Amino acid sequence: MAIEKRTDGRKFDQLREMEAKVGVVPRADGSAMFKIGKTIAVAAVYGPRELYPSAFQNPERGVLRCNYNMMAFSGSGNRVRPGPSRRSKEISLVTEKALLPVLDLSNYAGSVVDVFVELIQTDAGTRCAGITAASMALADAGIPMKDLVSSVAAGIVHGNVVLDLTKEEEDMEATDIATSFATRLGKITHLQMDGEASAKDLRNALELAKKGCEEIKKLQVKALKEKYEGGKND
Amino acid sequence: MTDMVREYITTVLDKGIRLDGRKLDEFRNIEVEYGISAKSAEGSARVKIGRTEVVAGVKLEVGEPYADNPDEGTIVVNAELLPLSSRDFESGPPSIDSIELSRVIDRAIREGKGVNFKKLCIKKEEAMWMVMIDIYSINDDGNLFDAAGLVALAALKDAKFPKLTKDNKVDYGTKTTKNLPLEKLPISITVIKVGNHYLVDPSSEEEKILDARLTIGVLEDGTPCSMQKGGDNPLSLDEIDNMVELAVKKSKELRKVLK
Repeated sequence: MAIEKRTDGRKFDQLREMEAKVGVVPRADGSAMFKIGKTIAVAAVYGPRELYPSAFQNPERGVLRCNYNMMAFSGSGNRVRPGPSRRSKEISLVTEKALLPVLDLSNYAGSVVDVFVELIQTDAGTRCAGITAASMALADAGIPMKDLVSSVAAGIVHGNVVLDLTKEEEDMEATDIATSFATRLGKITHLQMDGEASAKDLRNALELAKKGCEEIKKLQVKALKEKYEGGKND
Repeated sequence: MTDMVREYITTVLDKGIRLDGRKLDEFRNIEVEYGISAKSAEGSARVKIGRTEVVAGVKLEVGEPYADNPDEGTIVVNAELLPLSSRDFESGPPSIDSIELSRVIDRAIREGKGVNFKKLCIKKEEAMWMVMIDIYSINDDGNLFDAAGLVALAALKDAKFPKLTKDNKVDYGTKTTKNLPLEKLPISITVIKVGNHYLVDPSSEEEKILDARLTIGVLEDGTPCSMQKGGDNPLSLDEIDNMVELAVKKSKELRKVLK
């Protein structure tokens, strides 16, 4: 049963409206905000700094440590209980894995680069928005990177392959595929799928996500340039 | 390091100015923005004082009234010092500083009777509204106390009750046009003492070297409604008088930004 239009009137291959800004937390070493639709993520980077307890240190390279958190008021419905949950811990882990392949931490033996991601308002795609924001914050912090990471979900809603699902669509028994691309390297650094998809649909969804990520990448680069070319530099 | 910073700051203070050029009783620029999480929270706001930034959201829950106040609702204030906002804040269970901050903000609103608890009662002994106020630091550049106090009030002002179903369950999808019973605005003002000087709106450098801190909740008519002393040094009665007087004066200015 194919639908003609999406709940918010977008085309199947259309991203929600986006906004990106770099340097939103002046006291951090790097920071960024990324907004897609009604989902708003803020990320800040501290480090490289010494890692304690020292047992966690890696003598060969720096360690990346990510922390994803939804603010208590940021969910639709009930208040989210503060503190880490199984869900937020898993997302913190996949955020780390999504970003690590583009980072060169070889000069930071014994140190940690901390990335904190906070969600102020949520409407699906929060982990992807967090990864997109974190990637900009890492670049803002001057951490050596081979590429930026851009992230978006694709999915299958009522038989249609669609880009950038809303909460409403996620709730329609959709297949949700969250993925992150290093678009210059042409590689996928993060992939999660909830639901069924044929090999063909999966391929189509990933192609669609790749296109979406290329668009997101352009905005990320623009936001970084705005900070550094605009002459305003903390 | 702190000793050097302290010496430098006090030398400049003796000349009547602060490191950033402000007068001793001068606030940085204050900005208030409402509805920053309008899709999710029943009320939300952002406050910036200079480069210090905090956000807050209000969620409303239905609970069972407490046995000692069967015809009243309640507020719950939770403040988190996010590691995102400063290199000094660490992940993990709430630090003592965030607990103190939560409780100081709670006390000003509660004791100043900012929210009329009686009007949060849905049905005596059975159901009440619990106003959950969550405050987060985004960038700590000093004076989180006053920023947190202001943002809590702004989020309360912004909040609308969600719809209630017949069996007293919350329908979060449907907001009403009804405001919370926010009847007074107890403004929190923090005055710090450095040497012989009294300062408002401390920067993060000034906070590190303060002798004493006094956070005072002030009502519209100038009556203090809550207080919390911090810092390692004692204060005399005269000193407290001076600090209260300064706080009452400054509270008029801060009240205006919420109008």
